[in-house]
Amino acid sequence: MEAAIARKIRVVVAKPGLDGHDRGAKIIARALRDAGMEVIYTGLHQTPEQIAETVIQEDADAVGLSILSGAHMTLVPRVVALLKEQGVDDVLVTVGGTIPADDIPELKELGVAAVFTPGSGTDEIVDFIRSGAEERHEREES
Amino acid sequence: MATEPRQKPLEDRETEFRTMSGQPIAPLYGPEEAPVDRAESIGRPGEYPFTRGPYESMYRGRLWTMRQFAGFGTVEETNERFHYLLDHGQTGLSTAFDMPTLMGYDSDHERSLGEVGREGVAVDSLDDMEQLFDGIPLGGVTTSMTINAPAAILLAFYVLVGEKQGVPAEKLGGTIQTDILKEYIAQKEWCFPIEPAMRLVTDMIEWCSRNMPRWHPVSISGYHIREAGSTAQQELAFTLKDGFTYVERALERGLDVDDFAPRLSFFFNAHVDFFEEIAKYRAARRIWAREMRDTYGAKREESMRLRFHAQTAGVSLTAQQPLNNVVRTSLEALAAVLGGTQSLHTNSFDEALALPTEEAVRVALRTQQVIAFESGVANTPDPLGGSWFVEKLTDEMERAAYEYFARIDELGGMVEAIRRNFPQREIADAAFTYQREVDERRRIVVGVNDFVQEDEPQTPILRIDPALESKQADRLAATRARRDGAAVEAALSELKRAAATEANLMPPIIDAARARATEGEMIAALQEVFGTYTESPVF
Repeated sequence: MEAAIARKIRVVVAKPGLDGHDRGAKIIARALRDAGMEVIYTGLHQTPEQIAETVIQEDADAVGLSILSGAHMTLVPRVVALLKEQGVDDVLVTVGGTIPADDIPELKELGVAAVFTPGSGTDEIVDFIRSGAEERHEREES
Repeated sequence: MATEPRQKPLEDRETEFRTMSGQPIAPLYGPEEAPVDRAESIGRPGEYPFTRGPYESMYRGRLWTMRQFAGFGTVEETNERFHYLLDHGQTGLSTAFDMPTLMGYDSDHERSLGEVGREGVAVDSLDDMEQLFDGIPLGGVTTSMTINAPAAILLAFYVLVGEKQGVPAEKLGGTIQTDILKEYIAQKEWCFPIEPAMRLVTDMIEWCSRNMPRWHPVSISGYHIREAGSTAQQELAFTLKDGFTYVERALERGLDVDDFAPRLSFFFNAHVDFFEEIAKYRAARRIWAREMRDTYGAKREESMRLRFHAQTAGVSLTAQQPLNNVVRTSLEALAAVLGGTQSLHTNSFDEALALPTEEAVRVALRTQQVIAFESGVANTPDPLGGSWFVEKLTDEMERAAYEYFARIDELGGMVEAIRRNFPQREIADAAFTYQREVDERRRIVVGVNDFVQEDEPQTPILRIDPALESKQADRLAATRARRDGAAVEAALSELKRAAATEANLMPPIIDAARARATEGEMIAALQEVFGTYTESPVF
């Protein structure tokens, strides 16, 4: 039932668009790494195309998009659409940043699994990604 | 976050107390803490080493400038907000530009999609700049502009708006941020590699020293370093070290320190650890004065006198129970005033999630006015001077800064330290440590990890109309249609030619701006010569 060696969870932490606020993304990247996951931090100023390519190349279980520029309703849908186009639509997509409550339902309808707004606890985020990724592994192995 | 009741009863507090920087706080401070050389190290306001303030009378003579950062959408919306703020009693302007403008992209560039007008105002050309200041006489107000890598271009726009209004450059007063070192460290808005970017900074310092005696060509900043997660000690040390680096580059250019140093200005964070912030500002003044006189050979008092703008800490604002932010901002503003700031921006209570509404920014401005006109704290300089606690904290901040200076010097100076990711790693570590403290409830943030309220009503926030993006694209198209294309091409060629020499780039940038070359076109031209920059991030 369980694999002899647990497969490591692979997470891409990405900064889409021109937004340079990377404090939160770096904290989450480090927390995920400390929790035993393989983390690929893309760095700043990524286009949606670059992010989708990284997710695919890195065979990621999850991607965390960090946006504090207000451009989330343009950039997140593009990332999600590109992942779908390239047949990678079971990757867990989470969003973090200054996201107004009114925008969250639309993001979720697009397929974003969770939106972590200011004040979210690190452990909550790590746990969410871990359980989502483990579910994905179980689905793949069954 | 969980909503368990407080785990510790009120009586059972910590046994150890520290400032946010980690400096231990004693159970009591008394006269034994007073420095033996108090006359020299504390001194008097307006006199070396300026610990107590850059001016003798401080706010008795003139209040700090109430200068609210503002900008969103197109120049029309921002011009309207400028007028609103001036009508409500603010005494100086401060301009927030959008991400494309900050990063050197025109509004119709593919990288600008979805970003136009969201974090600030979209400015692509001189035409935009003229409308931004419509109805605002530049000879009668000082303006701050928060822009760094493309700063020379925005300064050129501003000078030309003044020229059109009949205000010569030498009469223009204000500040442009320009502080590129802190971009590589913290704010992350860059266009070029470090060396050409530093050349542009020195060009601006040199050109302004000759042509704009009332202007601050750089605002050496710690605000962003702090927002990225540094401690107050790191903010102080990295900011001053950046400042020293600009001084060194200007001296290497052959400028006389007393010709440019009086117009260097600073920008610090006003965070919520009240006394530490006050100590930080006082230590900053003392350190700067000493180094300018003893290390850089300044002779004029104006060269030694550190003057700063402060902004209350954006990162301390919570999305939960936003009205609590009025309290935070008030305490932070008070610390900045007690620390002797020359200019102040107070955050709005709704800014954890969006740019401020009119109502929220009015309350923020009123906060400053209540402090200025009702509280009495402005009626004598440095009222906390001589406090055993504050003087001890000031000494400790100074000591911590010098420790960082030594470490940066060991690495070969600030530019080399940045290349090796030293300040970036310090910031990432401090940010992580702080977050763990909050996650583990060793540090309380009211409304977030304690005193939480379920089912809060939503606060209405400012929404940027997406239609503004196409409005701006139309403006840009109109500019391109109106201008003399050949003149623009010639000006951009000349800019590229000059960039490859050691010429000061302000004159060719002004010429290109006057011809209505856009910001994006000028940056792209310079990038052909200078290249671009990509960071190697550490987390």
